[in-house]
Amino acid sequence: MMRKVSILVLLAILAFGVLAGCGTSTTGTTNGGNQTEGNTAPGGNGGAQAGTIKIGANLELSGGVSSYGQSIAEGIDLAVEEINKAGGINGQQLEVVKVDNKSDAAESTNAAIKLMSQDKVVAIIGAATSGNTKAMIQLSNDNKIPVITPTGTADSVTVNQDGSVNEYMFRTCFIDPFQGDVAARFALNDLKVKTAAIYIDSASDYSKGLAASFKETFTKNGGQIVSEEAFVAKDTDFRSTLTRIKGTNPEFVYVPGYYEEVGLIVKQARELGLMAPIMGGDGLDSPKMVELAGADALNNVFLTNHYSSKDPDPEIQKFVEAFKGKYNGKEPDAFNALGYDSVKFLADAIQRAGSADPTKIKDALAATKDLKVVSGVLTIDEKHNPIKSAAILEYKNGVQEFKTKVNP
Amino acid sequence: MEIFQQIINGISVGSIYALIALGYTMVYGIVKLINFAHGDVFMLGAFIGFYSITALHLGLIPALLLSMILTALIGVIIERVAYKRLRNSPRISALITAIGVSLFIEYGTIYVRGAQPEAYPGNALPDMVLNLFGLTLNADALFILGVSILLMILLQYIVHRTKVGKAMRAVSHDAETARLMGINVDTTISVTFAIGSSLAGAAGVIFGLYYTKIDPLMGIIPGLKAFVAAVLGGIGSIPGAMAGGMLLGLVETFVSAAGFSLWRDAAAFVILILILIFKPSGLFGQNVKEKV
Repeated sequence: MMRKVSILVLLAILAFGVLAGCGTSTTGTTNGGNQTEGNTAPGGNGGAQAGTIKIGANLELSGGVSSYGQSIAEGIDLAVEEINKAGGINGQQLEVVKVDNKSDAAESTNAAIKLMSQDKVVAIIGAATSGNTKAMIQLSNDNKIPVITPTGTADSVTVNQDGSVNEYMFRTCFIDPFQGDVAARFALNDLKVKTAAIYIDSASDYSKGLAASFKETFTKNGGQIVSEEAFVAKDTDFRSTLTRIKGTNPEFVYVPGYYEEVGLIVKQARELGLMAPIMGGDGLDSPKMVELAGADALNNVFLTNHYSSKDPDPEIQKFVEAFKGKYNGKEPDAFNALGYDSVKFLADAIQRAGSADPTKIKDALAATKDLKVVSGVLTIDEKHNPIKSAAILEYKNGVQEFKTKVNP
Repeated sequence: MEIFQQIINGISVGSIYALIALGYTMVYGIVKLINFAHGDVFMLGAFIGFYSITALHLGLIPALLLSMILTALIGVIIERVAYKRLRNSPRISALITAIGVSLFIEYGTIYVRGAQPEAYPGNALPDMVLNLFGLTLNADALFILGVSILLMILLQYIVHRTKVGKAMRAVSHDAETARLMGINVDTTISVTFAIGSSLAGAAGVIFGLYYTKIDPLMGIIPGLKAFVAAVLGGIGSIPGAMAGGMLLGLVETFVSAAGFSLWRDAAAFVILILILIFKPSGLFGQNVKEKV
């Protein structure tokens, strides 16, 4: 009996080791197991030419950030439906194969292997987070299949540490530092403030990235940073630090973080009498923000985002209408819009390439210029990042209002 | 002025720690068990309060009372189901069971309602802000302080002036002898769990009102901090738990106020280590005979 148990345990450990091996191999070092997977895939691309064009979606449909993945999937479905209704691309219909990566990097690798070798897709859309997207870099290079992340904002998704570009990796969203830069220019030019306090989540690269670029732009253009403080995700008590910030009398407070903490920070700041404008990034875009902070406290709070459904631009309103029609009147958020845009971005490239050959698609994606999508006018730079505008939103009595658009 | 504001901030945090710490200290005093599930009872209290305000549309005080009653019941059930059988086992078994119960409650809650956080309704308390000489004192902070002090006085009364309190002190001193004297030890232990858990439940509701956000894993850190507070004050001592909680709240606030907000949690545990090295019995620890 004991022997059986110990064999089982041993097997479990071995199985775990194999899985873990797959996960780590994608971060750069080549690994025999993945190499063989890689060799089988490119040969089978012929299947894609038969009637439909298969594109993969590797998304967080369950697990910790499943709401992101599901929102993106809704956007993808809408875009594919529209394209197919209009006659497809070069006469071919689009077909999406969705795989759940369970919000886990190792699962994301497995999903990509399945999509590339089994389903023979010509390109993959996903994943929602930078980490899960980075788990596909090695595979996309080996198999020469383009990957487009709708919302992976980390620099390292498209660019390696040595500065070289991952040829097959693309994204539809702007990168983190851009948001900080936009916020700084908005504070200086539109709100006309001279001093600012920065309050960051020291456990988050996202927060640190936004804060660093905010600081750079703000100080370079004549602003002064009067205090820099930090918190850690999951904190609930910010009063003592906020009291300290209030003591330095900032005209503006920049809090790039996620809504769970920033919502509480806004509430506690207003209770302590800190009434200066507070601004953050797209991490503040959640309905929970209003519940946590309260509608009153949120007045004079701004955020940068990929797009706003309130933007009067007719292209955007057309998308909002179509989305509401398909999803029972649900207002599309930025994840919906970026999922939708990713398909449009890919479809445009396939059309221009005139073929569904992944390498040709990759070249066409890299050459994308002035493509009108919902989240702005998209041009791909040499680092495979889109150059496009950011929307600035303001909370007014608990509702996000479109304030302005800032171009890069 | 800033310093007085910080003292107010510190006392508010401290009184929540103190309320949770009281439960730790009472249970430890009577059965020598560090009840790691206590922080999760605190979480359950917060959720019961939340649902009684939002779903049952109860007022604040009825919600607080309902939460205290239900968490008291939960405390008794935990004791009966998980700890009672282990009362004569090695202490490590009870400790591991307590950790198991803690994880069971946390992930059971996630299974039932999901992991997403919930926000306490903002209108539960009047939005009153007092401005005194440049200090801002809001209704929440006053309410926390008022309820905490009231509950602590009530607890002192129960322990020192009532029959059941006398039984608790006797069982804590020597359970076997107490049994020989005709005290129902099982009932007394249940009462201890009930009182300790209901205080944690009250702390949960107060926490929700003051900090707005509650989630199924919210009990872990305040639970650990309250444990530190209980050790700081001398585990087993009721005044010690109160003083330890307040002290810890103030220390944390002043660490942040000095610009070291990232060191706040570390400071709490440095204090724990220092206390264990230099005065393992805690600040009020010499008072062994009075512990409950």
